[in-house]
Amino acid sequence: MTEQAGSGRRATGTFPVKRGLAEMLKGGVIMDVVTPEHAKIAEDAGACAVMALERVPADIRRDGGVARMSDPEMIDGIQAVVSIPVMAKARIGHFVEAQILEALGVDFVDESEVLTPADEAHHIDKYAFKVPFVCGATNLGEALRRISEGACMIRSKGEAGTGNIVEAVRHLRSILGDIRKLTTADSAEQFEWAKRLQAPLGLVQEIAETGKLPVPLFCAGGIATPADAALAMQLGAEAVFVGSGIFKSDNPAPRAQAIVEATTHFRDPQILAKVSRGLGAPMTGIGMDEEFIKLAERGW
Amino acid sequence: MHDPLPGTVDGTVRQSAPLRIGVLALQGAFAAHVDTLTRLGATASEVRTPPDLSGLDGLVMPGGESTTMSKLLSSSGLFDDLKGMISDGFPVFGTCAGMILLATEVLDGRPDQRSFGAIDITVRRNGYGRQVDSFESDLDVIGLDSPFHAVFIRAPLVTACCDRVQVLATYDDHVVVARQGNIIVAAFHPELTDDGRLHAQFLQAVAVGSQ
Repeated sequence: MTEQAGSGRRATGTFPVKRGLAEMLKGGVIMDVVTPEHAKIAEDAGACAVMALERVPADIRRDGGVARMSDPEMIDGIQAVVSIPVMAKARIGHFVEAQILEALGVDFVDESEVLTPADEAHHIDKYAFKVPFVCGATNLGEALRRISEGACMIRSKGEAGTGNIVEAVRHLRSILGDIRKLTTADSAEQFEWAKRLQAPLGLVQEIAETGKLPVPLFCAGGIATPADAALAMQLGAEAVFVGSGIFKSDNPAPRAQAIVEATTHFRDPQILAKVSRGLGAPMTGIGMDEEFIKLAERGW
Repeated sequence: MHDPLPGTVDGTVRQSAPLRIGVLALQGAFAAHVDTLTRLGATASEVRTPPDLSGLDGLVMPGGESTTMSKLLSSSGLFDDLKGMISDGFPVFGTCAGMILLATEVLDGRPDQRSFGAIDITVRRNGYGRQVDSFESDLDVIGLDSPFHAVFIRAPLVTACCDRVQVLATYDDHVVVARQGNIIVAAFHPELTDDGRLHAQFLQAVAVGSQ
């Protein structure tokens, strides 16, 4: 069994290692869970990871007040019952919450606008961590700023807790549309793009060359049905986060499973029709009028 | 179940027709495998339902979540078709979760988790620990003239390996690349680096065919 002696030096927490887990989550569904029971339902349904948090975004929205990192005991409880990756959220700029989450051994930290921001100017320096980070973005400039800080996954923000896909579509179209435009920009125009996006020139030039972000792009914020998940995937997202959409619906387990199927078979309308049947009522959802507070506007 | 391999004539590789390699695309890092295989001159396609298997010379099972893939293999109907093809000698290259799916025994899996039992190894899911323990390192691999840079992500740990299995690389005394007949497995992710040599070895195995 040991004909080969070759065990080279082991490097942990490098960018390829952190980004690697993001690659492994592609094509999957990451589900928000607030209890170990939810986490089991999510894993049983085929979730590729769970996001452990104290309240789903719809409840955070309803309750108001300050939303913070979850209690470590609650995260431990979820880690104990599932074998899939466990993610957890830290407040924007709250690097100590991130340190605690890393110490707990969570697999991914979401520096999230769904929680109340801790810093109104700075995001976390994500290069300082071994644990990988995902950050939200509403447009390409925001995505590139987060990547330049060390994020190894971007999720379009959408509008968490609404069950309304419209903002997710807006943000995906903005990010991917600008990437498409950038690929036709000449070298002089790329400087202007960097200035307009308020993003590092090197990243702008790289995207002009490759036509894609240097890290995976997932979709979050408003997915409530299998069709919503498939829409995000057809628009160009590489995986989806589902928050309130599952556990605020009438019948979470079959809905969770249907969203998993829809994310895999996102281009197959026959399968989408089949899995969309008889799921019971989705979360009620809310429209976004003028007084509505957009969580997506948090982050800089 | 599958036709005789087209790239082969008396065990020699015919250059004219590119090999047709499917990549299981239910969940995980399938796109990176498609890119690597395409770069090596194969015709790579994504496999999500049984019709996608027709006309393939071989298959890659990528990294990702093995529990998720196991469920989707059953619900899509792919599991039974693939099981039959594999027992008829269909070549498969499994990386990380793909290695778990191909193993005979899976430890720390879900009770309902299915695997193909195509290579006589026992693997422990997440045997190297959580993501903060994931790592990269150089490895010596039999058949490659210089080390291969390997990226391990929440990797499965091989805890037992039958004599029939050919060990191609080890790391800290655990098997990390192995072959049994037309089945090749790696505990890490060759698709995450620019090094296509392990994929090339698989394509060579596909071209030479099951004897």
